[in-house]
Amino acid sequence: MELIKDGKRLDGRAPDELRPIKIEAGPLSRADGSCYLEWGGNKVMAAVYGPKEAVPRHIQDSSKAVINAKYNMAAFSVDDRKRPGPDRRSREISKIASEALENVILTEMFPRAMIDVCIEVLDAEAGTRCAGITAAAVALADAGIPMRDIPVACAAGKVDGVVVLDLVGEEDKKGDADLPVAIAPRNEDILLLQMDGHMTPAEFDEALELALKGCREISELQKEALLKKYKTTEGE
Amino acid sequence: MERKIVIPGTLLGKTDGSKQGRGTFREGENIYSSRLGIAEEKSGYVNVIPLSGVYDPVVGDAVIGVIEEASKMSWMVDIMAPYPAMLRVEEVPWRVEFGETSRFLKTGEVVVVNVLSVNEAKNIEVSMRDKHCRKVEDGVIVKIQPSKVPRVIGKNGSMVSLLRQHTGCWIFIGQNGRIWIKGKDDKMTILIDAIKKIEKEAHTTGLTDKISKFLGDENKSKGD
Repeated sequence: MELIKDGKRLDGRAPDELRPIKIEAGPLSRADGSCYLEWGGNKVMAAVYGPKEAVPRHIQDSSKAVINAKYNMAAFSVDDRKRPGPDRRSREISKIASEALENVILTEMFPRAMIDVCIEVLDAEAGTRCAGITAAAVALADAGIPMRDIPVACAAGKVDGVVVLDLVGEEDKKGDADLPVAIAPRNEDILLLQMDGHMTPAEFDEALELALKGCREISELQKEALLKKYKTTEGE
Repeated sequence: MERKIVIPGTLLGKTDGSKQGRGTFREGENIYSSRLGIAEEKSGYVNVIPLSGVYDPVVGDAVIGVIEEASKMSWMVDIMAPYPAMLRVEEVPWRVEFGETSRFLKTGEVVVVNVLSVNEAKNIEVSMRDKHCRKVEDGVIVKIQPSKVPRVIGKNGSMVSLLRQHTGCWIFIGQNGRIWIKGKDDKMTILIDAIKKIEKEAHTTGLTDKISKFLGDENKSKGD
């Protein structure tokens, strides 16, 4: 099967084009902060609780807060029903998301505390870890957690020998490589960089640059979503 | 400087022009916002007043707490901060014998306390040695977001006196977002609605006028 035809991809996008993204800040009233994000066929809900006293006690750190992100895929989020509960993949994504977010949060302001970040994937179409981190970042800002920046994530990859931005389901499965990147957009510090598949060093550089470009675009949408939450009530 | 809604990472100014205030952080010569809030400049300091977030205890604040646990010589009080606060027997207006703490304050009971100290490790102590500190035995507790408390009080207490005038209720506002109200049942219902309205529209301008109109309409519709 051809994944790229006449310079267009399976869903008709150009190689450097993102899927449509919709971000809403604060849809949940009981969480301290929340975000709902639609990214192509991905639907992700993120909720933040805290800072609160860390339990169990042995995870407390007397110098800073502990960031506890939990990534979970709903049973109905994929074609075949996903067996519910934590597995190898979700534990990995929980860990990398926690570490990416930890680097922008001013954790030293809340010793002995814990910040819970729940990332629930309701519908999945490749790129959920990027969607999850992007949504979690908006939820953290909505919760009023002090941060140095609002992190943002986006993936690039290689399909049929062409470097492309933001892989969709089929491209992820049948393509040559996948490169998810998370950054702090203000000074473009890299918070997460993973890769599977094969790329030459030149292609890697091209893919990284493309992913950064995607991140910058999404970062603007995140900012818009946060400001919009407070603009809508102002108009009343 | 005009009041502007800012998000984490927004550049607020340079260190040579202004000083770094609350809700901000510094990187080199630049001052950035660390929170989602409203930026303002006050006597040379750039501050960000948060629009959301948990209560950050400050020494001297009057807060409303709920007893979580009674031990032999002290109580642990939930004051809506990330950490529970300790209330020692020396800091209450009664003479408490060793091990008899739960005869005075039981788990789940509500108290008005003052924040006595907060140390670097964020151990919080509270005290009841002030005339407004007491056990809450009647009335209703309304919970709002701690970041919205200044709006419920208003400039020089203008909002809270407006609320008192229109409803005739007795109001005590804890800095941690718990509000203790006492009055007639129907008036309290109006008051709770008004407080919730202030919480929802806290970041808008002309709020006092809006609430004044709201209270006037509500009082009329309830046949008063």
